[in-house]
Amino acid sequence: MTLDIPTLLAIAGMALVTYATRIGGLFFAEKLELSGRARAAFNEIPAAVLVAVIAPMALATGPAETVAALLTALVARKLPLIATIVIGVAAVVLLRGLLG
Amino acid sequence: MSGLVCAGAAQFASIEIWGHPVPIAAVVFSTLLVNLRNLLMSASLVPKTGSFTVLQRMLGFYALSDENWALSERRAASRPLTPAYFLTMGGVLYTNWVFWTTLGAVAGAFLGDPRRIGADFAFTALFIGLIAGFWKGKSTAGAVVSSAVASALAFIVLGPPWHVLVGAAAGILTAYATSRADTA
Repeated sequence: MTLDIPTLLAIAGMALVTYATRIGGLFFAEKLELSGRARAAFNEIPAAVLVAVIAPMALATGPAETVAALLTALVARKLPLIATIVIGVAAVVLLRGLLG
Repeated sequence: MSGLVCAGAAQFASIEIWGHPVPIAAVVFSTLLVNLRNLLMSASLVPKTGSFTVLQRMLGFYALSDENWALSERRAASRPLTPAYFLTMGGVLYTNWVFWTTLGAVAGAFLGDPRRIGADFAFTALFIGLIAGFWKGKSTAGAVVSSAVASALAFIVLGPPWHVLVGAAAGILTAYATSRADTA
């Protein structure tokens, strides 16, 4: 990547829209009155967003990645975060070796 | 780029479509799409940062990311979120991101393929661990499954960065639709 005007413009644009999304919630959440179902949906935002980010890697890359993701999910409920990551990474290396 | 934007998923997505000349509009639009989830995350943190000053929020939310937002939500579930906790975490995260991506840019050429050591999967494993921390039973299961399926399908059919929005929307709608049975 070289630093010329279009590159700088693109990066500045990225920075601008990113910050806008980060503080945007401040403005609309205050006007938000949450009741029953809406609150239930709001509570599941974290899990839904995180899953959506990793689903292509976990489900649409290959059998090794899918099996490793399932294994990681199994250990994630019992082990601390760091151990979960180490096991997940080890599993994917091993499975890629086995399954190609 | 890391210093100003500081958004991993969006930066990865922008690298995919980077070229010469730089497609500025496409890069910025893709960034917006990938980061739309920040809107949901900052909104969900608003009730938990009620005691913050405007400046504390503006600064803290600048470094808002999946990771420190997830840890904040976890923290807020057990005790009140303090400005000190939130801002320290944001600062550490930001410094780390800039430091390690700079190192990566310098060292990348010598390391070869990150797939060989499974480094590309660490991000996925981290997210799975974070999701486990949010587990609230049936309602989470429904949101997770529908989000995963919708996101994978959108990734195959539409390509990145649409999968994030489509998956998140499917998960949230599922939670909305099934909540009555769960909480009645």
